[in-house]
Amino acid sequence: MIPANCEVTEISALLEAKSISSVELCELLMQRIREHQHLNAFVTLTEEEALEQARLADQRRANGNHSPWAGIPLAHKDIFCTRGTRTTCASRILDNFVSPYDATVVSLLKDAGLISLGKTNMDEFAMGSSSEHSCFAPVKNPWNTARVAGGSSGGSAAAVAAGLVPAATGTDTGGSIRQPAAFCGITGLKPSYGRVSRFGMIAFASSLDQGGVLTRSARDAALLMDIIGTFDPRDSTSLDIPSAGSFEQLDRLNDGFTIGIPEEFFGPGLDNEVASAVQDALSKYEAMGAKLVDIKLPGSEAAIACYYVIAPAEASSNLSRFDGVRYGHRSEDASDLQEMYKKTRTEGFGAEVRRRIMIGTYVLSHGYYDAYYVKAQQVRRLISDEFQQAFEKCDVIMGPTTPTPAFELGSKTDDPVLMYLNDVYTAPINLAGLPAISIPAGFANGLPIGLQIIGKYMDESFLLKVAHRFQTETDYHKQTPKEILS
Amino acid sequence: MSDWESVIGLEVHIQLATRSKIFSGASTSFGADPNAQACLIDVALPGVLPVCNIEAVRMAVKFGLAVGASINRKSVFARKNYFYPDLPKGYQISQYELPIVVGGQIEIQVNGAKLPIRLTRAHLEEDAGKSLHEEFSAATGVDLNRAGTPLLEIVSEPDIRMPGQAGDYMRKLHALVTTLEICDGNMQEGSMRCDANVSIRKKGDPELGTRTELKNINSFRFVEKGIEAEIQRQIEVLESGGTIVQETRQYDAQKNLTRPMRGKEDAQDYRYFPDPDLPPLVLSEEFIDALRSELPELPDQKLQRFMQDYGLSEADCKQIVQSSATADYFETALAEVPAQPKIVANWINVELASYLNRNNLKIEDSRISPKSLGQLVHCITSGVISGNSGKLLLEAMWKQPETTVNELIDQLGLKQSTDTGQLTELVDRVLDENPGPAEQYRQGNQKVLGFLVGQVLKASTDKLDPKAVSTMLRSRLDA
Repeated sequence: MIPANCEVTEISALLEAKSISSVELCELLMQRIREHQHLNAFVTLTEEEALEQARLADQRRANGNHSPWAGIPLAHKDIFCTRGTRTTCASRILDNFVSPYDATVVSLLKDAGLISLGKTNMDEFAMGSSSEHSCFAPVKNPWNTARVAGGSSGGSAAAVAAGLVPAATGTDTGGSIRQPAAFCGITGLKPSYGRVSRFGMIAFASSLDQGGVLTRSARDAALLMDIIGTFDPRDSTSLDIPSAGSFEQLDRLNDGFTIGIPEEFFGPGLDNEVASAVQDALSKYEAMGAKLVDIKLPGSEAAIACYYVIAPAEASSNLSRFDGVRYGHRSEDASDLQEMYKKTRTEGFGAEVRRRIMIGTYVLSHGYYDAYYVKAQQVRRLISDEFQQAFEKCDVIMGPTTPTPAFELGSKTDDPVLMYLNDVYTAPINLAGLPAISIPAGFANGLPIGLQIIGKYMDESFLLKVAHRFQTETDYHKQTPKEILS
Repeated sequence: MSDWESVIGLEVHIQLATRSKIFSGASTSFGADPNAQACLIDVALPGVLPVCNIEAVRMAVKFGLAVGASINRKSVFARKNYFYPDLPKGYQISQYELPIVVGGQIEIQVNGAKLPIRLTRAHLEEDAGKSLHEEFSAATGVDLNRAGTPLLEIVSEPDIRMPGQAGDYMRKLHALVTTLEICDGNMQEGSMRCDANVSIRKKGDPELGTRTELKNINSFRFVEKGIEAEIQRQIEVLESGGTIVQETRQYDAQKNLTRPMRGKEDAQDYRYFPDPDLPPLVLSEEFIDALRSELPELPDQKLQRFMQDYGLSEADCKQIVQSSATADYFETALAEVPAQPKIVANWINVELASYLNRNNLKIEDSRISPKSLGQLVHCITSGVISGNSGKLLLEAMWKQPETTVNELIDQLGLKQSTDTGQLTELVDRVLDENPGPAEQYRQGNQKVLGFLVGQVLKASTDKLDPKAVSTMLRSRLDA
C-alpha cells in the first residue's frame, strides 16, 4: 500500500485522498521499523506521541484546516534536541539526557504538521563516516547489511533507504548527510552554512555544521528546505536571506546551464565504477542541454588536512560542556573534582570522540595554535576563494560524493585516516560553506553510487532544480533494496 | 620612605547595567534564588547558542568614547577554555586578540598635578557563576544566576605608582561609569571588581620587577590597603634576600596581609580561539556617532564647568562630581539660590554628607530633597535664619521630610528677630513698585525717603522698626 520508495509528496496525496490516515500510516511505519531493527537505524522511538500527533493531524485534515504536510511521518537524527525525548548524540555521556526544548529545525517541521517517529542512530557527536562509532550499535546498510550505511547521519539514511520513514533530518559537518545518502542510494541535501538554524542541534564543529535533510527525491528535499531554511534570531550565524522557494521553482530550470567538473575530484583513489557512473550522469546532463567545463580546485587536496584541524579544534571546545556537572553521565567513583572530570569524560566519550578532543586540544595549544589552527584557517579561505572563482565559469559543480561505494562494516574502524579519506570530496564544500546535494546515480555490485552537485552560496533553489531535472529523467532514486521490497 | 618604587596596573571588571545577560535573555537582577535566573543558554544545555546583547556593546562603546579610546570597528569574541564547575560551557566567551576598545586614558590628580593613567584596552566578556563551598558539607553548590552577566574588563597600563593613586583611579572610574549609566557602581554587590598587578623595583631601575596579582578586590579602601600590604611584603621579601614568585594572591582585610591563592593548577593554557558561534562584531560609523551624541557631560568636563561657572574650588568640585547623582543634586539645589554655589556646595559636602554617611545612604536616597536644601541655604543667605539655626533646620528636615522648610522654621522658632531677609524683599518690592520716587531720591530729593518708608511699613504685616527700614532703603538706593 505504501511502497518503500514512496515520497513525501506522494504520501501527502494519499492522505489528501483519504486513501490512508495518518494514524494508519504511522502504525504501518512503526511496524516496518520494528521489522528492521537489525539495521540499528533508530535509537529511540516515540510511538505514543507520534500516534497522538497523527490523530490530531487526521482531525485537522477532516476539518479541512491543515498544512499539505500534516500527518506525514519523519525521523530526526539524534543530534537534534527534542523536547521531552531522550537526545543522546549516540553518546554514553548523554544517554540519560532528556531535552527540555525543541531544536529550531524540529519545531519548524512540527509546526508544518510533520510527525516524528523517533530519533535515528549516528556516529557519536557526528564524528565518523560509517555510523559505527555509536554507543548503541553500528548502523547497517539496507542494500547490504554487511556494509556500512555511511555517516554520521547513517541512521537517517538507512531509515529512508529502507522505507521506514519517507524523510529524515541530518547534519553535515564534512559530508555527514551526503556520504550516507550516497551509500544508501537516496537524496541528501546539505544547505549553505547559515541557511538552517543550528539552535538545538548539538554542536560538533560550529563553523562547519549544517542541518539538512535525507529524502527519496530532490523534490522532497526542496519542500522540506522551504520549511527549515528560515532565519532564526537565536542562531547568530543564521542568515536573513530569504530563499527563492525551492519547491515552487523546481520545474523552472532553463536549459543551457554550465556544469563545472573539477579534475581534482577524479584523481587517484576514485573507484572505477563510481567514476564511470558519475561520467554517465554527466553525459546525461549534457544530453539534456547542459554544458560541461573543466575547472580546477587545487586547494581541495588540502581540505582533509585543513578539516581535521578546524573541526577537532572547535569540537574540543564545544564538548567541554559535557563535564558531569549539570546533566548527562557523571562518574560514580571520583574522589575529587579533577578525577570526576577525567572519569566522567573517559567513561562517557567513545574512542573516536576522545581522539578528536585530543587533536583539537593539541592544535589550539599555546605554541601550536599558529602552526595549525591559524594555518588551517588560511587554507580554508583559499579553498573558499577557489570555489568562488570556479563559479565564475559555471553554474553548478559536479563530481562523485564518495571515492567508493559503501565499504564493509569494521573494515576502517582501526584506521582513522582511511576513514577520514571518505570525506575527501565532501569536506571542501563545508569549508567553503556552500550548498551541495548527493543524488543516486547508479550502482556497483548492487551498491548505490552518489552524484554530488555543488551550488552557489545560498542558492539551494537552483541546486535543487538541477538535481530534480536528473530525477525526472532517471529512476535510480526510485530503486529500493530487494530485501526491503520482499 | 625607602628607595623602592612600586609599579601598579589594574584590571577592573565592571558589571554592565543591562537588563538581560550578554548572550541570553535571562535577567541580570541581583539577589534571586540560586539558579532562578539561569536559562537554557546559561546552563549550557546541548545545542544552545549565544546571541550578543547589543545593549552591552553600546555600553562598551560609550566607555571607549568617554576615555578617548579608539573603538575597533571590528572586534572578535573568543573562547577562553578551562574547566570549572561554575563555568557551564567549559569556556568563557571573552575578547582576546581584537577587543572592542583600545587605548584611552583616565586622569588622576597627584599633588595638584595631572597624572594620566593610560588604558591598554577594554573588552567585553561574560561572568561565570558562583561556586558555593561553605553552604554544603562534602559537596559544592553551583549558582548560575551570575553566569553570563556582561562585564567590561578595563585594563590599565602599569602607570600607577602609589596605592593611593590606585584608589583615586578606581574612584575616577567609578564616577565615570556611573555618570555614563553603564554600571550601577554598587561595590557590595560586586558591580566593580579589581585585580591589581603589583611589582616593586629600585627607584630609577628601568626593568620591572616580578609581579604578583591581587585578585578580586571590591572596595576603594581595600584596593589601597591591599596594594600597600603587598608592596610591604615584597619589600620585606627582597630586603631579606628572597625573590618574588609570580602568583595570584588574595588580600585578607582583617589581618591586613596578602596570601597566595590556593587550588589553581599550574600555568593554564586557555587555548583562546575565535568563537565560531558569534560572527565578528562589526560596528558602523552611524552606530558609534549615535552613541557619541548620547554621551552625557563627563565628570572631568563637569568639574571644569563647575569651577568656571560657579567659581568653586577644585576640592569642592571633585567631591560634587564624584557621582552624577551628587552633581545633579547640587545643580537642583543651586537653582533655589543661584548666587550662592559655594555655600550650597559646602552644605552638600559637609553637612548633608555626614547625614548620608551616618545612615549609609546614597545621595539619590537622601531624605532631604535638593530643592529643600536649596531653600535652607536661601533662608540663611537672605538672613531669615542664622547659619547655626541652619544646622538645626537640617536635622529637622532629615527627621520630617514631609514638612516644608518654612513650616519647620516656624515650628522651631528659628526666624531671626531682625528679620533682614524679609525686610530686604519688602524694600525691593516697594522700590520696584515706585520707580518714580526712587529715581527722585537718586537725583537728590531726600524727602521722598519718608514716603518710601511709609510704603514699606504699610506693606508689611509685621511690626517694623522705621529706622531699620530707612537704613535698608538708603543702602539699597545708594548702591
